[in-house]
Amino acid sequence: MSRTMNLTLNVWRQKDSKDSGEFEKYTEECKDISEHMSFLEMLDVVNERLIEKGKLPIAFDSDCREGICGTCSMVINGRPHGPWKKTTACQLHMREYKDGDVLYIEPWRAKSFPVLQDLMVDREALDSIVQAGGYISTNCGSAPDANSIQIGKEISDAAMDAAACIGCGACVAACPNSSAMLFTAAKLSHMNTLPQGKPEVAKRTIAMVEAMDKAGFGNCSNHLECEAACPKDIKATVIAEMNRGYAKASLLKR
Amino acid sequence: MILDARIPEGPIEKKWENAKFGYKLVNPANKRKFDIIVVGSGLAGGAAAATLAELGYNVACFCYQDSPRRAHSIAAQGGINAAKNYQGDGDSVYRLFYDTVKGGDYRSREANVYRLAQVSRNIIDQATAMGVPFAREYGGTLANRSFGGAQVSRTFYARGQTGQQLLLGAYAGLSRQINSGKVTMFTRHEMLEMVTHEGRAVGIVTRDMVSGKIESHAGHSVLMATGGYGNTFYLSTNAMGCNVTAAYRAYKKGAGFANPCYTQIHPTCIPVSGDYQSKLTLMSESLRNDGRIWVPKNKEDCKKKPEQIAEEDRDYYLERKYPAFGNLVPRDVASRNAKLMCDEGRGVGATGFGVYLDFADAIGRLGKNLVEERYGNLFEMYERITGDDPYTTPMKIYPAVHYTMGGLWVDYNLQSTVDGLFVLGEANFSDHGANRLGASALMQGLADGYFVIPYTLGNYLGSEKPEKLSTDHAVFKDAEKSCKDRIEKLVSIDGKRTVDSFHKELGLIMWEHCGMARNESGLKKALELIPALREEFWKDVKVPGSGANLNQSLEKAGRVADFLEFGEIMCRDALTRDESCGGHFREEHQTEEGEALRVDERFSHAAVWEYKGEGNEPTRHEEPMTFEHVKFSSRSYK
Ligand SMILES: Cc1cc2nc3c(=O)[nH]c(=O)nc-3n(C[C@H](O)[C@H](O)[C@H](O)COP(=O)(O)OP(=O)(O)OC[C@H]3O[C@@H](n4cnc5c(N)ncnc54)[C@H](O)[C@@H]3O)c2cc1C
Ligand code: SF4
Ligand code: FES
Repeated sequence: MSRTMNLTLNVWRQKDSKDSGEFEKYTEECKDISEHMSFLEMLDVVNERLIEKGKLPIAFDSDCREGICGTCSMVINGRPHGPWKKTTACQLHMREYKDGDVLYIEPWRAKSFPVLQDLMVDREALDSIVQAGGYISTNCGSAPDANSIQIGKEISDAAMDAAACIGCGACVAACPNSSAMLFTAAKLSHMNTLPQGKPEVAKRTIAMVEAMDKAGFGNCSNHLECEAACPKDIKATVIAEMNRGYAKASLLKR
Repeated sequence: MILDARIPEGPIEKKWENAKFGYKLVNPANKRKFDIIVVGSGLAGGAAAATLAELGYNVACFCYQDSPRRAHSIAAQGGINAAKNYQGDGDSVYRLFYDTVKGGDYRSREANVYRLAQVSRNIIDQATAMGVPFAREYGGTLANRSFGGAQVSRTFYARGQTGQQLLLGAYAGLSRQINSGKVTMFTRHEMLEMVTHEGRAVGIVTRDMVSGKIESHAGHSVLMATGGYGNTFYLSTNAMGCNVTAAYRAYKKGAGFANPCYTQIHPTCIPVSGDYQSKLTLMSESLRNDGRIWVPKNKEDCKKKPEQIAEEDRDYYLERKYPAFGNLVPRDVASRNAKLMCDEGRGVGATGFGVYLDFADAIGRLGKNLVEERYGNLFEMYERITGDDPYTTPMKIYPAVHYTMGGLWVDYNLQSTVDGLFVLGEANFSDHGANRLGASALMQGLADGYFVIPYTLGNYLGSEKPEKLSTDHAVFKDAEKSCKDRIEKLVSIDGKRTVDSFHKELGLIMWEHCGMARNESGLKKALELIPALREEFWKDVKVPGSGANLNQSLEKAGRVADFLEFGEIMCRDALTRDESCGGHFREEHQTEEGEALRVDERFSHAAVWEYKGEGNEPTRHEEPMTFEHVKFSSRSYK
């Protein structure tokens, strides 16, 4: 038979980016939660109950609810995306929890991610890094036959490993310095590994690293919290790769 | 309403070339004088916005997510078709064209489908050049897999994340144009109104979802690539925010809506577990390449564990009924058969609405490693959601609403019945007829965005020389006012029921009466229930907060209000289409074996609905579909 539970939630409530915000505690609304619910479905249920009582529901971001769009973003008991390894908040399920558990739910915390409301933040800073150079400059219509460039399976697999990043920003939220190195390095590794991306390696690396600094993200001091929080298993080795690439590109530039 | 498909002259292989040759061109210096509005940043919108900007047009692109990279195209798993014939297994443009027309159950426009098959090859080249890491063989060439409804291997893929990788490719191109200043990106902006002037599309009205501000945007042309309307059913594999609002607003401003009843129910989704369920998760169709679908032969075995059911007591019903295609029959056939099994009482799982998808044979044949390599991320996703490990116990799956073949009517140039309004991707009705084959939506979205619209839009601008209006014009002010009034009305009702409760109720009505199987009396009943529910919504909905800031309940309320009107049109269309075809299965029209029966003499056409004003019934128009190349036959996958 399926299990239900009563929980206590402490949720970060903040009207808008100017409001200072605070935790609010909920118990009445968090009763009889089924273990089969996803974490976000649990929040949906709490929200329905809040609205019925004439209160404002908890604002949180989500879209695909299957771990691929990177929209969902919340810190659960101190961990971005919650306790499950390689799992986004939307894929976390309530069978993880038991009756009487007390949870703290907060937004991503980083200077470059201003809170918009409750658990929602603005992550446009991540897009600005990609806009600076996270592409291969080729116009539509000029591509050669796809099989004319042969790419070894290992290389293509390595590019794919890095390309799996969903741009959620959990790495930034987990980092004590709010660094976006894992995100930026993953993007660079994807493009720089492939033969198609080679001609622009130096330009791309410098542009993206500079954009990252400009957006106010912090530096990396090797805590590796990012790797632990990443739902897509992006390895911190990409950061070393990026640092080497940046040093090399800077030399070339001089 | 005039439905001129504008199909070019000449033999089918030459039509696209002839059309391109005949199109008016806009010279490079003049392109920068045109402002183009693109609503949507998925594969169709993202590809279009990037490509038009490359050509020199000024583009404003809109999406409701916080980044264009999060459009729902990101969720596509299985792959993208292209007639490359890299496997040398007999594929060709003609075969892809043929399979798509047949798979669509003879309800699509041949000329469009042929063009789609032609440009499919360029898509793979383009995506590869942009850095999409498609799967490769050890020798370094591109790998392929097969998909439902085809007997060749023409599907390209990037692990189980093909949509993600293709979208990241389009997003990279878009980012490059944002950087160069040719695209202005508006994220967290929802289109709430379409603006027309003297029958032409001149712009849109949006709501800034953070500040609540209502804003007008004017352009020389409007492109809509806003995705499908599967969320009319509440539960579907679509993302939470997918909506019909943009398309519906265009319909209300004169754009014909074609075949709204054509919905695709995907056979392999994780079954519903409870009434709190917020969405359904697809398990890619590619799993049917190696997984075997079965139910117990005897009802009494349904509550047993699968490993307790002996081989001879299992019914591999697809392999039994369709020996030629087996587990790879098209989606509609696979879905309907799962429903049949469960209706017979042979379904499995807690609710009895599930069938097994079993990998034991595949693991025996290929080894666990190879299975993991092919499907590892899908297996992981399944385990996270259900807590079961598909390596050791079969998956349980059930059909769910997935894709909508219906959409705004467009001609060969992708222009709707409103001049200057072009519709791309899932939002249009064009290429899939009554049923879409797997891995063909990504192909169509990118074909429209990368390879069709750059030519056809140029022709419109070059030949019509449309004017751009100022956003101070009365048509914009009126549209802004109607958006504001509607928002004011929604927040002031202050009733007792939440928005979601209405959406769920609508979803149940739709699933029951306009879902996998439909009949006259059920549809008539839905046509009574929906208006009543809509009336209750406008009396008793509770939308907390105001319109003046970020308000997720308000966003949902606006979308649900449109679903509540649109659901009725879907049912009306399903009722008038008195035949079965593809995803539209009318119980009155089936063979003795339960296969869909088309009525070609009466229904070989697209049904196009025209809005006739508040409170009036819409008018139904027809665009005949004629088939010169693919001869009518009853689809057989035996
Ligand atoms: C789970 C899943 C798996 C799939 N797998 C495959 C597959 O393997 N192969 C395949 O070929 N197809 C697959 N499909 C289908 C395919 O992914 C979609 O049909 C296709 O990606 C749609 O692309 P699009 O560009 O038309 O729309 P979308 O990608 O849905 O983009 C819609 C865009 O419009 C914007 N938008 C919508 N409404 C508004 C509004 N009112 N205001 C402002 N912006 C708005 C959104 O923000 C978004 O940017 C799958 C679909 C799903 C749901
Ligand atoms: S690297 Fe990982 S944590 Fe960081 S944005 Fe990408 S997926 Fe999210
Ligand atoms: S909602 Fe898409 S990853 Fe969580």
